[in-house]
Amino acid sequence: MNTSNTHTISVLVANKPGVLVRIALVFARRGYNIDSLVVSPTVNPKFSRMTITAKGDPQTLEQIIKNVAKLVDVIHCGEHDMTCSIEKELALFKIKASPASKAFIKKHSSKYHIKIDDSSQNHLVIEQTGTTAELDEFEVLIKKYNLVEMVRTGKVLITKGKEST
Amino acid sequence: MKKKMFKTASKKPINGAQALIKCLENFGVEYIFGLSGGAAIPIFDALVGSKIKLILVRHEQGATHMADGYARATGKPGVVLVTSGPGATNTVTGILTALMDSIPIIVLCGQTISPMLGKDAFQEADISGITMPIVKHSYLIKDTNTIPRVIKEAWHICQTGRPGPVLLDLPKDITSATFTGSSLDPEMDIPGYKVPPAPRKAEILKMAKFFKGSKKPLLLVGHGAVIAKASDAVKKLAEKLNAPVTNTLLGKGAFPETHPLSLGMLGMHGTAYSNKALTNCDLILSIGSRWDDRINGNNNEFCVGAKKLHIDIDFAEINKIVKPDSWIVGDAKAIIKELIKYIEPLDTKEWLAELAYYRKEFPLKYSNDHGLTAQYAIDCCYKVTQGKAIVATDVGQHQMWAAQFYLSDRGNDWLSSGGAGTMGFGFPAAIGAQFGRPGELVIAIVGDGGFQMTLCELATAFINKLPVKVLIIDNKYLGMVRQWQELFFDNRLSGVDLEGNPNFAKLAESYGIKAFHIHKTDHCYDIMKEAMAYNGPCVIHAEVIKEGNVFPMVPAGKSAHHMIIEAPTEKLEKPSGST
Repeated sequence: MNTSNTHTISVLVANKPGVLVRIALVFARRGYNIDSLVVSPTVNPKFSRMTITAKGDPQTLEQIIKNVAKLVDVIHCGEHDMTCSIEKELALFKIKASPASKAFIKKHSSKYHIKIDDSSQNHLVIEQTGTTAELDEFEVLIKKYNLVEMVRTGKVLITKGKEST
Repeated sequence: MKKKMFKTASKKPINGAQALIKCLENFGVEYIFGLSGGAAIPIFDALVGSKIKLILVRHEQGATHMADGYARATGKPGVVLVTSGPGATNTVTGILTALMDSIPIIVLCGQTISPMLGKDAFQEADISGITMPIVKHSYLIKDTNTIPRVIKEAWHICQTGRPGPVLLDLPKDITSATFTGSSLDPEMDIPGYKVPPAPRKAEILKMAKFFKGSKKPLLLVGHGAVIAKASDAVKKLAEKLNAPVTNTLLGKGAFPETHPLSLGMLGMHGTAYSNKALTNCDLILSIGSRWDDRINGNNNEFCVGAKKLHIDIDFAEINKIVKPDSWIVGDAKAIIKELIKYIEPLDTKEWLAELAYYRKEFPLKYSNDHGLTAQYAIDCCYKVTQGKAIVATDVGQHQMWAAQFYLSDRGNDWLSSGGAGTMGFGFPAAIGAQFGRPGELVIAIVGDGGFQMTLCELATAFINKLPVKVLIIDNKYLGMVRQWQELFFDNRLSGVDLEGNPNFAKLAESYGIKAFHIHKTDHCYDIMKEAMAYNGPCVIHAEVIKEGNVFPMVPAGKSAHHMIIEAPTEKLEKPSGST
């Protein structure tokens, strides 16, 4: 996957109804697709954090960030890059159990931080945590082993050091 | 902020609607423009005996434009009250109009009872959802006791920072339930809402540096300058710099158009000399203008080589269209007052002489040879009223001619739908303005097309004895589109002929409104004089030549130097710009 024009935006919002729609509209109006969006609680129960990844040109993205920040229910909004933040994503993959697939999991478990969460009914549920790039890479590999289903959480991030996210 | 204590007038319990109206009374709201309906009955009920006067309109779109016109003319928020479903959806055009032009209005919508939300109840419309992309903010109220906080936030949000419309969706059970809250003036809870702070000195100094050595400066004033009440500051800045000033359509009046340094309106139908100034300037400072596509046409050819400076209260406007060399986000008046301190007068003698030459060579002009023109009718109106009227326009050719020939010297005196370009705006906006400024002369200059979209408000003008003057520029066409079809589409007219227009004079008379009729150049001035002096509402039906065109014209998507000054003899290519 080409990630060169993928942007990660972190938005701190007030927990008010409709805030997700308002933010989504800022993207949709400009024909921007949201690749992933994670909403999660914050230390302060009044606020939530949204981590959004989207692809597109930087000029439009600048407008999107400014217009998201302008929304009354948005506390702040900014783009982040890997150098000042920790980014993680979790994926669950379901594959058919076979000697080959089991060998494959064993071979890659330490490199890709994967583990088997379930092995019932001849199916394996494999959990992977890592950067989006690591997940993308592993996804390509596991597709060769009868991949039945997969689900990914989308990226979450937190800034390093003292700076708030 | 100073804390004011508002108490409920009596100990008798009040319901949510009464709490809402009491809050609005405490804000000093004079009028609510509305049309009743089932889901809004509790709110209409609360208006019985209220200090606030309810103005019953004939269509909800009219209510929104009245509130908008009231807000534009007074600087105070306008309030609209409608019912759920179609009542609410009829406000959508007015809400967009207010958003695009940064107008503070509050739209109160009745809604079905909250247990029925989402169940397709009678007259249910998801108006919060429908309007989400076109409001500054909105609320769906689910708890009666939050009403005072919400309306306080709405009142604050709609008029601070960059103003805009705020919508309240008010389920009937919520407005009917007893209000048991402790205060009608609670604390607001909008931690995400920020109004830009006062300008920092470093920003001011950075911007001031750009003026040094400029030989061809140009000030561009927009609606932001009107909203910020920055007229005096702009005038001082222009006079100190000796810099010419051009204004956008909505910036009319922010700098007096009769001032020797004024070049009048720029852009698609702006004066030739203002567009020449735009092409040739070496520095341009936008004060509250968003470099709209009616102004800059082709961004790649816009003010090439000129330093571009931008003052705007909305950070999202910075870098949106034009990448400025220096910018400050904040209140235009506060910024200019500071900026003046750090700039020196410029030597602009040659520049002003150059522009004076263009003004002499390419003035705004029209000919009376072929019958009554819209320009002449508007010019008569300007001369009769000595430019002192509050003018509301509709959208189209007459709007551009009004902008060209009805010069404006004061902010808040020019009301026109610029961003949305809403036909049907002018007449109800004039009604709203007349409510807000009762002693003054208010004129709606409208076309025969747009007027027919909201003319039912003649009843509103009549009943309220509003002395609004409606000048109908009747060319029996949707003229601006006809002009485009003539110039760019081989004169293949499609969907522009307004055959079947009513007899406007008889129509007005049937509402009890006095009518005047003008169809000749000879009697135009005298009839206009009589009409403007008439004590009461009146319609002036001006039948003008059918095929007049607005010039100068910069084709959409082109830069100012492609301006067409007079009717072209060659075929023109189709414009590349939007609309």
